[in-house]
Amino acid sequence: MANIADSIYNMRLLDDLARQETVIHKLHPLVKLLTTVSYLTVVVSFGRYEVAGLLPLFFYPVMVLALAELPVKPILLRILLVSPFIIGIGILNPVFDQQTFVLAGREFSRGWVTFLSILLKSGLTVTAALLLIATTGMDRLAGALRILKVPRVFVLQLLLTYRYISVLMEEVARTLRAYSLRAPKQKGVHRSAWGSLAGQLLLRTFDRAQRIYEAMCLRGFSGEYHSGEINKICRWDWAYLGGWVVFFILARTYNLPLLIGSLLTGVIR
Amino acid sequence: MHMADALISPVVGGAMWAATAGVAAYSIKKVQTEMDEKKIPLMGVMGAFIFASQMINFTIPATGSSGHIGGGLILAILLGPYAGFLTIASVLAIQALFFADGGLLAYGCNVFNMGFFSCFIAYPLIYKVLMKKEYSTKRIFLASVLTAVIGLQLGAFGVVLETLFSGKTELPFGTFVLLMQPIHLAIGVVEGLVTAAIATYIWNARPEIMEKASSGETIGNISIKKVVAGLVAAAVVTGAGLSWFASSNPDGLEWAMIKTAGTAELEATGGLHQQLSDLQSKTAFLPDYSFQANEDQPEQSTGEGEEAWPAVDGGTSTSGLVGGSLTLILAALVGGGISLMKRRKYRINS
Repeated sequence: MANIADSIYNMRLLDDLARQETVIHKLHPLVKLLTTVSYLTVVVSFGRYEVAGLLPLFFYPVMVLALAELPVKPILLRILLVSPFIIGIGILNPVFDQQTFVLAGREFSRGWVTFLSILLKSGLTVTAALLLIATTGMDRLAGALRILKVPRVFVLQLLLTYRYISVLMEEVARTLRAYSLRAPKQKGVHRSAWGSLAGQLLLRTFDRAQRIYEAMCLRGFSGEYHSGEINKICRWDWAYLGGWVVFFILARTYNLPLLIGSLLTGVIR
Repeated sequence: MHMADALISPVVGGAMWAATAGVAAYSIKKVQTEMDEKKIPLMGVMGAFIFASQMINFTIPATGSSGHIGGGLILAILLGPYAGFLTIASVLAIQALFFADGGLLAYGCNVFNMGFFSCFIAYPLIYKVLMKKEYSTKRIFLASVLTAVIGLQLGAFGVVLETLFSGKTELPFGTFVLLMQPIHLAIGVVEGLVTAAIATYIWNARPEIMEKASSGETIGNISIKKVVAGLVAAAVVTGAGLSWFASSNPDGLEWAMIKTAGTAELEATGGLHQQLSDLQSKTAFLPDYSFQANEDQPEQSTGEGEEAWPAVDGGTSTSGLVGGSLTLILAALVGGGISLMKRRKYRINS
């Protein structure tokens, strides 16, 4: 997240996507949250040598992407942005795991299998998290957290942080632009301005918080955040959650690709 | 320092979630009883400030490179440890959701590594103690750098332990420690210096903010003991519960440590896993093909706490490759089909 414009754009994009009204968007936020959590748990519960068994789990993101009519490119881009760290850690696996195995007549280090497994898991988990927010939106997700009895202080503060990120990022962008215009040929903020630049921003943040609090009080803030009505969980919601959980359990218990492959190669033989 | 989901196991993720939830619940209780509700908007907007200020690149003198702040320490200094911890937690939640910076299952680990160590260990034990006597520019610098360095070292060590306990990477403990700690020493020094510069500026411009924060919530010995005790209890109970559920047969030298901590690998054999594979062998159609033998074949373990290495023979690998590609093609077809149908529907409607 080095670039302010990129970050603001990314948040607005996800906000916009969350405002659509597709089958997935209309699902109850709590159901989507629970589905995502069970999906993530299943994905990371696979052993480090598992590759084939992970493949059926591609169905979940693909189905949600298609049903929710989300663009594929920004999501893929996000996965690529996150992957350098994962690759950095994973690429050492072939170095440290010297054991080899033979596939199609050639010898490979077992580390490559663990590396591939980590890459797959990383792609799947990152996509699942992004799909959750892109189909739910922050407000409805906060509603789901309240249903789960997460204390209101935390939820309220989370929503306020989320709400003011774009405001403060724009302020930081203006400040940095002003600074860079007055400090040519400098890469970052000079040491002599560290305290005053960030400190000024911080003081303005304090004053802003005071104004926000006063405005909230004038509008009848009593300590509770009202996010509008969230519908009850209906039968279709339960079916969605149940269906996916059953699929996840099946995919975890049986190696589905191997099953399909054996069936096919067996038939051909 | 953000950990991704791909590198942790459900047991480690779950235990750290429980620990983090415990600390958060305690902090929320403290915030509610000790502070006025005025602080909630302040916490919210401060979270946004940390988010935005991470975009500022501070030039590091004499190196030509630049760094940015994490923000845990400045939050603890200005809001106190409880509100600071909650604020860092919400910043990390938004980073995980919108930027995939750290995973959702790893969220507990991340809040713990970046929030708990700086707010509940380094801040009260180093910063508060050093700043007890008097405020001066020198003291603020000394205390900030020391606190930031120690907080980040602990956090980095947390990352190392959590990753190794999860067993997804082959990195040996020593190598990982040597990779993580020195990098975070440098990051810690920068974090401390920038935090000190900001704190000094605030101290000069609006001393009442600093005074309020430091006099507001004192961490007595009792409360920190309570926090740590509750935390350990939560982690142990969850870890033990999860590993009991997952079965309990970890082998190998490295995992002996986890065993004493009450957790174990989810991928172990026996227990639930055994029951499931029994069920599998009963219900599997095509029992003659090699995929089934896969389960029963003795693992070629190196005895170093490995999990079962799937036996690769000609039959399984061909089946795996054919089935794997077919699964992916099927997934792509389903996705493409749905999109196509949707598009057609729109065209008809419009």
